[in-house]
Amino acid sequence: MERSLTLIALFAALIAALGLVPKFDLAFGVPITAQSMGVMLCGTVLGAKRGGLAALLFVGLVALGLPLLAGARGGLGVFASPTAGFVIGFPIAAFVTGLAMQQFRALPIGWAAGVAAILGGVVVLYAFGIGGLMIMLNKGLLEASGLVLAFVPGDLIKAVLAGFITAGLAKARPASLLSRS
Amino acid sequence: MISLTSPVETRAHGWPAGAKLAGLCGATMVLFAIKGLNWHLGFLAATLVIYAMPGRQFFQGGMRRLRVLWPFAAIILLWHFFTNDLANGAVIVLRMITAVGLANLVTMTTKLSDMIVVVRWLCAPLRRFGVKTRSVELAIALVVRFTPVLAQKGQTLALAWKARAARRLGWRVITPFAVLAIDDAEHVAEALRARGGL
Repeated sequence: MERSLTLIALFAALIAALGLVPKFDLAFGVPITAQSMGVMLCGTVLGAKRGGLAALLFVGLVALGLPLLAGARGGLGVFASPTAGFVIGFPIAAFVTGLAMQQFRALPIGWAAGVAAILGGVVVLYAFGIGGLMIMLNKGLLEASGLVLAFVPGDLIKAVLAGFITAGLAKARPASLLSRS
Repeated sequence: MISLTSPVETRAHGWPAGAKLAGLCGATMVLFAIKGLNWHLGFLAATLVIYAMPGRQFFQGGMRRLRVLWPFAAIILLWHFFTNDLANGAVIVLRMITAVGLANLVTMTTKLSDMIVVVRWLCAPLRRFGVKTRSVELAIALVVRFTPVLAQKGQTLALAWKARAARRLGWRVITPFAVLAIDDAEHVAEALRARGGL
C-alpha cells in the first residue's frame, strides 16, 4: 500500500521534473520536452492502474494551480486552452499504455514497452488532443489533425525511447517494474 | 514550491474557492453557449477590466500568462481569413482568450491550500464508502515536496553527463533519472511503514 502510494507520487513528480530539466536533444538535434515520455513511463513501469493514477495526480495538481507543465504552465487556464485535450488525456494515455504492457507479456520488455507507449502515449493521447482542439477551436477532424500532425514523429521517437528506457529500468530495478509483476 | 497564485493580494483572495470554481464553470458554459461577436467583445473587455482592477502588476502578470495563446489566435484568424469567415474566427479567438483568462483569474486568486480544501470536500462522498482519502492528500504533499528534489537531481545528472561526455545531453540520461525516482519512492515507502504506515 505504502509502496504503491509513493511510487504513484514519485512518478507524478517525475513527469513534472521531466518538464523542468533542460530539453534533451534527439539523435538528429530535434529538441524535445520529455514530459509526455514521463506519461508513457508511468504506464510501462507502474502498469495500468497505478500508472493512470500517477498521471491523474499530476494533472490534478496542474488544475490546483501548480506550474508543472513544460514551460512552467499550469492552473485552470490550461483546461480552457486549445491543448486541454492533451492534458486531460494524460491519465488515460498512461492507463492504456499500462494495459497494453500487461497484455504483451509474451514480448521482450523493451518491445512490449515501445509498442504499448505508441498505443497509449501516441494513439490515445492524440485522439484526446485532437478531440480537444475540435471542441475548443470549433474545427473538423481533418483541420484539427493538421494542426498537430507535425508533432507525431517526435512522439513516435519518444515512445521507442520509452521502450529502451523501460528495458533499462527492468535490468536496474526489476522489483519495481510493477507492470510485469 | 512556487504556485501560480498571484503575490498581489486582491479582494478575491478571500472569497471561498468553491464559489469561485462554481462561478468559473457557469461563466465558461455561457461563453460556449453564446455565439454573437458583440457579446464576446463585451466579455473580453469585462475580463480585461477585472484584470486591471487590482493594479498594474496583477494586470501584467495575467497578460503574460495569456501569451501562449497567440500562436493559436494567429492560426485561427488566418484560416478564417482565407475561408472568408472572419467573424466566426474572431468569436472563436475571443472566446478562447476570455475562457483561459477567467480560469487563470481563479488560479491567480486562490491559494493551493484553499484548493486542497475543495478537493477534500469533493472526496467526502468517497469517504462514506470507506475509501481512505487521506492518502490523496499525502500523495499531493509528496509530489509538491519531491518535484523540486527530482528536478535538482536531474540537473546534477545533466552536469555529470556534461563533465564526462563530449556529446550533448541525450535521452540516455532519463534511465538513471527514473531509477533515482524509483529509489526515492522505495525509501519513502519504507519510512512510512516504519512510522506506522497508512
